[in-house]
Amino acid sequence: MILPPAALALVLIGLLVSGMGTYAGYYGMRIIKYWDPGHGTERQLELERRTYLISTIMNYILGFELMSLFLFIYTADDLHTLFTGAMCAAGSLAINSFGYPALLLKIINFLFAGVWLILNYADNRGYDYPLIKIKYELLNLLVPLLVLESVLLFAYFAGIKPDIITSCCGSLFGRDSGSFSGDLAALPHRPMQIACFSGMAITAVSGMFFYLKGRSGYLFSTASAVTFLITIASMLSFICLYIYELPSHHCPFCLLQKEYGYIGYVLYAALFSGAVAGIGVGVLMPFWQVASLVRIIPGMQRRLTVVTLVCYLLFTLIVVWKMSFSALKLG
Amino acid sequence: MIELSDITKTFNTGKQNQFTAVDNVTLAIEPQQITVFKGPSGSGKTSLLSIIGCMARPTSGRIFLHGVAAALPFRNDGGETVEITSLPERFLNEIRRSTFGFIFQQFNLVRGITVLENVMLPAYPTGEGRADFRARAENLLEQFNIARLAGQRSELLSGGEMQRVAIARALINNPSIIIADEPTAHLDSKLSHEFMEIVARLKGEGKTVLIASHDPVVFDSPHIDSVVEMRDGAVVSSRSSR
Amino acid sequence: MKRALERHLNILDFTLASLLRRKAKNFSLLAVYLLVVFMLASLQFFVTALKREAAIILSDTPDLIVQRLSAGRQDLVPVGYAEEIARIRGVTQVRPRLWGYYYDALNGANYTVIASDDPMVAPSRAAVGAGVAKTRNLAVGDLVPLTSYDKTPLMVEIGSIFPHSSDLIAADMIILTPEDFKLLFNFPKGQATDLAVSVRNPKELSTVAAKIADRFPDSRPILKSEIQRTYQSIFDWRGGMTLIILASALLSFIIFAWDRATGLSAEERKEIGILKSIGWETSDVLLLKFWEGTVISLTAFLLGVVLAYGHVFFLSAPLFAQALKGWSVIYPRFQLVPVVDAYQLAVLFFLTVIPYTTATVVPCWRAATTDPDAAMRS
Ligand SMILES: Nc1ncnc2c1ncn2[C@@H]1O[C@H](COP(=O)(O)OP(=O)(O)OP(=O)(O)O)[C@@H](O)[C@H]1O
Ligand SMILES: [Mg+2]
Repeated sequence: MILPPAALALVLIGLLVSGMGTYAGYYGMRIIKYWDPGHGTERQLELERRTYLISTIMNYILGFELMSLFLFIYTADDLHTLFTGAMCAAGSLAINSFGYPALLLKIINFLFAGVWLILNYADNRGYDYPLIKIKYELLNLLVPLLVLESVLLFAYFAGIKPDIITSCCGSLFGRDSGSFSGDLAALPHRPMQIACFSGMAITAVSGMFFYLKGRSGYLFSTASAVTFLITIASMLSFICLYIYELPSHHCPFCLLQKEYGYIGYVLYAALFSGAVAGIGVGVLMPFWQVASLVRIIPGMQRRLTVVTLVCYLLFTLIVVWKMSFSALKLG
Repeated sequence: MIELSDITKTFNTGKQNQFTAVDNVTLAIEPQQITVFKGPSGSGKTSLLSIIGCMARPTSGRIFLHGVAAALPFRNDGGETVEITSLPERFLNEIRRSTFGFIFQQFNLVRGITVLENVMLPAYPTGEGRADFRARAENLLEQFNIARLAGQRSELLSGGEMQRVAIARALINNPSIIIADEPTAHLDSKLSHEFMEIVARLKGEGKTVLIASHDPVVFDSPHIDSVVEMRDGAVVSSRSSR
Repeated sequence: MKRALERHLNILDFTLASLLRRKAKNFSLLAVYLLVVFMLASLQFFVTALKREAAIILSDTPDLIVQRLSAGRQDLVPVGYAEEIARIRGVTQVRPRLWGYYYDALNGANYTVIASDDPMVAPSRAAVGAGVAKTRNLAVGDLVPLTSYDKTPLMVEIGSIFPHSSDLIAADMIILTPEDFKLLFNFPKGQATDLAVSVRNPKELSTVAAKIADRFPDSRPILKSEIQRTYQSIFDWRGGMTLIILASALLSFIIFAWDRATGLSAEERKEIGILKSIGWETSDVLLLKFWEGTVISLTAFLLGVVLAYGHVFFLSAPLFAQALKGWSVIYPRFQLVPVVDAYQLAVLFFLTVIPYTTATVVPCWRAATTDPDAAMRS
């Protein structure tokens, strides 16, 4: 057990987020059970009021998750001095088996909360609460994940003992480490570059097609989601190498550091926002036919599409710029 | 036109103190006229007006607004007619903001801010540019001869001045329907007559006016078009005064 | 887009006006908030500054230091030990170090006096840190009388002053030749304060340390990494403990905030009723409350951080020096060098603003869902 203030802050936020989530989930359940839009009964009025509370809470959860995601990585980075062998966040997170799962879950929860808010936005624009049931059923899927995340986070910090010998980026994200991340890092550059850039290109083309013609929304959404995954893998496989200008440094965290001009924040922020918006387009697709949303959804989807395209474009431009001016040339 | 069919409002449903404040009211209110609701205290006038004004939802029954749909950000299926009782709060509110202006018995001005700010207050959340509604507010103050009070704090005004500020505030978002609940209760008879003149002028500008009152100055006024009488939550008579 | 922005601006404008209208209430909230931020920020700045000082000082220390214990206290080391240690396999160099503290009665400061063979110093010529030069108002070429052990003055000339960049390590240093050092303190011949040992291969450090401890039972070898880690965790631990104590303050603050947010005055309740009745929607009032919280939080946060900065770096944290006593073991420095970064501020933000925000969510929502027709009654 160690107690740097940042760990305390993260655990505190985990508690707050899962507490708020559980609270929202409880009322979500009541809404699913007692929702009765035909009548202005007092219970119905009370439930309708609760929807405002839940939206507010979810907005805060999304914000807190995003901020704490970066704080978590930064803290892990800061802790590396405590462990022999750790040189950055990669090593600190590997110190026990809770670090990486906690990080992964944080990312998933962020995406989930973002998509939920997109649904919520659409629902609030329909005059008959068209998505209310779906929305709160999804919320009840998210709540356990939020709770699990804070448990993992707590377990991670509680399980840290200084002076553990860990391996760091070099071995963890090294090509021959045999771990999953190692496998990702070992993906050959050439094909990964092709996959990454064609993913971006397919997303761009299908996005523009969808924007102009209003068709193939699923294709675009799938493309943006798959591209997101490919890009994360590419981060490990080749993008990092160009940024660090080192042929074997695959760590996805170091680029959040000052030495690299905090470029990681821009890259990840663009990638995550683009993914949330892109997935949001697909999640809205099944509701095209809902009468009260006919006028709402297409406009929303077009705006989301623009967000995805702009974010991914920004990402691609930065990567291309880094690749062309990098001192490193990969074969 | 506003059409009410079988409107009922019950408080504390299922509890010991269950109370039906509005009981099965069916009514049609003509546009661009002045309609007065009269009746003894507790007969449900305020409750009915707040339901019509989209402030509260009825327990059952339906309300149709005709000819306001154009002003709305969405369409119901019925073209120009909107059925408002099943709408979520944020839509009711949208209608309320764009269609109704309210004048209350206690005037309900916000203390501590100026007259001008009080008048502009309903426009804040509409997302309109400040300069636009400010110009409109100044114009309204001018119309009601209280432009010199614009910078005055509202709690320092006299009753008649408060009344006029309240009217100006009700008009800031250009509503087509004005709802006034006991507007003359705190005014002497001279000011009450003055109020009725203002209301008549608003009618002349094409606004629909609904007034709840048991003041004879109001329901005996030559300007009014119809009187709805209520007792125990029900409408007992509805007649045109023409 | 433009409409949404205008809506925010209009509502923000009204928020600021309302906050100013209710000065008394908001001021007490702000004061408590400010106090909590101030305490936490002071602690955070203080601990981080100490950690950094320690890290910098320690980065300069040799791989291995050998002290001698006598009656459980640190004592001087005979130089003879050095020759024997140098013969241990893997040891590249053993350097006897002479250093100590000099108390300056003139202004009550403690200087660190170090003996060095560096050509920068010569007999009767010293090099001093910028801190020393400043407190004694010295320039290169000045003559300074140092009071030696028998109260006779030892005149030294200031040969050079370290630049400010090395302030952290060298601010309170006086460097003399070994001869002058011995003269000043009447230091016994053939003894050293401790021994600095360099080892060729870092992996052999612990083996070498074990060998030294074996050969000289009265010696205490200390590894550099050991020192570093010890200090690091001492600070984290002590900082964490203090933080936990402060957490009770934080908790009562949250309860206070909750109470404040729940206990709307009749006046405020009426006002929200009016707003709702004239066309404000629940989400507009929520936005109003959001801006209210943001303005209060940011004011308290910024002000609290600035005050804490002054408290720690200009006044040397009088409130915490006691709680974290023992830090002076490392270095008798009284002026901390400011280190504040975005990370620390983020942590502070998380520890104060986010709990406050969370505590006010439900009360704000309750206020915002006031019945609009409530204003028609009352
Ligand atoms: N929120 C509420 N809960 C319970 N009862 C209520 C509520 N609001 C109103 N009532 C009851 O409904 C009845 C009708 O009230 P309302 O204010 O509509 O009467 P009114 O005709 O406007 O009377 P007045 O002329 O005195 O203003 C009253 O008996 C009142 O006590
Ligand atoms: Mg009444």
